[in-house]
Amino acid sequence: MFQYEFITNAFIASGIVAVVSGVTGYFLVMRGQTFAGHALSHIGFAGATGAGLIGLSPLWGLVGFTLMAGIGMGLMSERISNRDVAIGVVLALSLGFGLLFLHYYTSFASQATALLFGNVLAVDRGMIAALGVLGAVVVVGLGVIMRPLIFATLQPELAEAKGVPMRFISTAFLAIVALAVAACAQIVGVLMVFTLMVGPGATAQRLTGGLWSGLAAAALLALAEAWLGIAIAFETDWPVSFCIAVLSAIGYFAAMMVPATARHAH
Amino acid sequence: MNSPVVELTHATIAVGKRAVLRDVSFSIQAGDFVGVLGPNGAGKTTVMRAILGLLPPTSGTIRVFGEAPKFGASTIGYLPQLRTVLPDLRVRGLDYIAISLHGERWGLPSLAAADRHAIEETLDAVGASDLARRPLSDMSGGERQRLLLAQALIGKPKLLLLDEPLISLDARHQEVVIDVVRRIARERGITVLFSAHELNQLLGAIDKVLYLGNGHAALGTVDEVVTAPVLSRLYGTEIEVLRAGGHIFVMSRGRDVERDAHQHDHDHGHDHHGHGH
Repeated sequence: MFQYEFITNAFIASGIVAVVSGVTGYFLVMRGQTFAGHALSHIGFAGATGAGLIGLSPLWGLVGFTLMAGIGMGLMSERISNRDVAIGVVLALSLGFGLLFLHYYTSFASQATALLFGNVLAVDRGMIAALGVLGAVVVVGLGVIMRPLIFATLQPELAEAKGVPMRFISTAFLAIVALAVAACAQIVGVLMVFTLMVGPGATAQRLTGGLWSGLAAAALLALAEAWLGIAIAFETDWPVSFCIAVLSAIGYFAAMMVPATARHAH
Repeated sequence: MNSPVVELTHATIAVGKRAVLRDVSFSIQAGDFVGVLGPNGAGKTTVMRAILGLLPPTSGTIRVFGEAPKFGASTIGYLPQLRTVLPDLRVRGLDYIAISLHGERWGLPSLAAADRHAIEETLDAVGASDLARRPLSDMSGGERQRLLLAQALIGKPKLLLLDEPLISLDARHQEVVIDVVRRIARERGITVLFSAHELNQLLGAIDKVLYLGNGHAALGTVDEVVTAPVLSRLYGTEIEVLRAGGHIFVMSRGRDVERDAHQHDHDHGHDHHGHGH
């Protein structure tokens, strides 16, 4: 199947996004902020359709909106940004705005499905370059804040006492998540960001207690699910995002079935 | 007499707009094991956070080892009250402690051999070596508390601030924690502030009691502080102190106020579970 350029492009793009999403998702799960990640992607939908309406690239509209929302959520106190109801209301509002923008820009409607559910088979070279830049920023950003981020996550009271800038860390983290979400949405769509971002991270958390082994497992799981998903889609002609979603769910539930004794071996 | 380890002079400490402690003065001497008691909201956590430098006094002064409190001082070991309800995380005990060493630095986490050695040494000191490899999600409340205690002891602090280390432990584990702290503090000459709900479990261990209430504070031996006149002032209501069979009961209108406070806090704890994040 690699004789087709669109398949090669799809593998490269989804490979970049899978690694970035898996690693980011591992921290999202650890911090218990998966719902925030979910909400960011929906906010991005309004950004992407809004950008289409005024003639800008949907990708950068998505990046701009998720980034603003991520920073906004981080700047509000942890208590507010973790409140599910508030996030849910903003999430629904964003989808509403996305719908409004679509309503006024009907020629954009054909792209709505791609935005919502992803369209990895339509990725071109320019998009791969953009995803590469986004991915590099996410990985470098996570690398810089990783140590205080984990400290602030596991032991917030002590981290504060040791002088960790808590507000800055949580804001920087959500800004990084926003970029990862924007990249991820290009592959599986805003509605299905969970499949690549949260599924592998949560599965990895269940499989291993080690930090580096957990990160590696999350990245590899996401990569395997993305590539296998595309391959299955190629053979069956089912939508790619569906295949990835199924693999992600199978991975998570299979890890839940692993008996506790087997996991203790670590 | 040596200079005190902790000294508050006419200090007023506010959380938000509320002055939790008003014009409070006391000084804690080196090597003292001080039980910190008082009703909920009296400022047990606030005092510790002020000593850590997280809450500067709005008036008056706080001196720790003769200086203004410094952020992140390595001379202080801190065991925060467990307010964070951790999700089902499989982080190993060793990794959990390791991240707290230099966790404020940027970059990737790493563990130097010396740090690993220091962690294993303190785990050993509190009798919890086996917790290094076990995931946090499999530990009981008592095991987590011992893990955190080991963590507070890393770096050989001269002052230990233990905020409610007995909470959610059964009686047997409470005794273990008190004994371990007492033994290590004696061996290493560490000054300890140990907050708790109940005076009686601490009676055999503490040298002094710091009783907080109503914006005031009283420091002294149990016989000096746990008296009807002092506690009536701290609780702002008439208090009776009854002694029976080596126990002390602090009563208000025929009710045991410490027991009530404890019950209340249990409810509070569940509330946190509900809205935990």
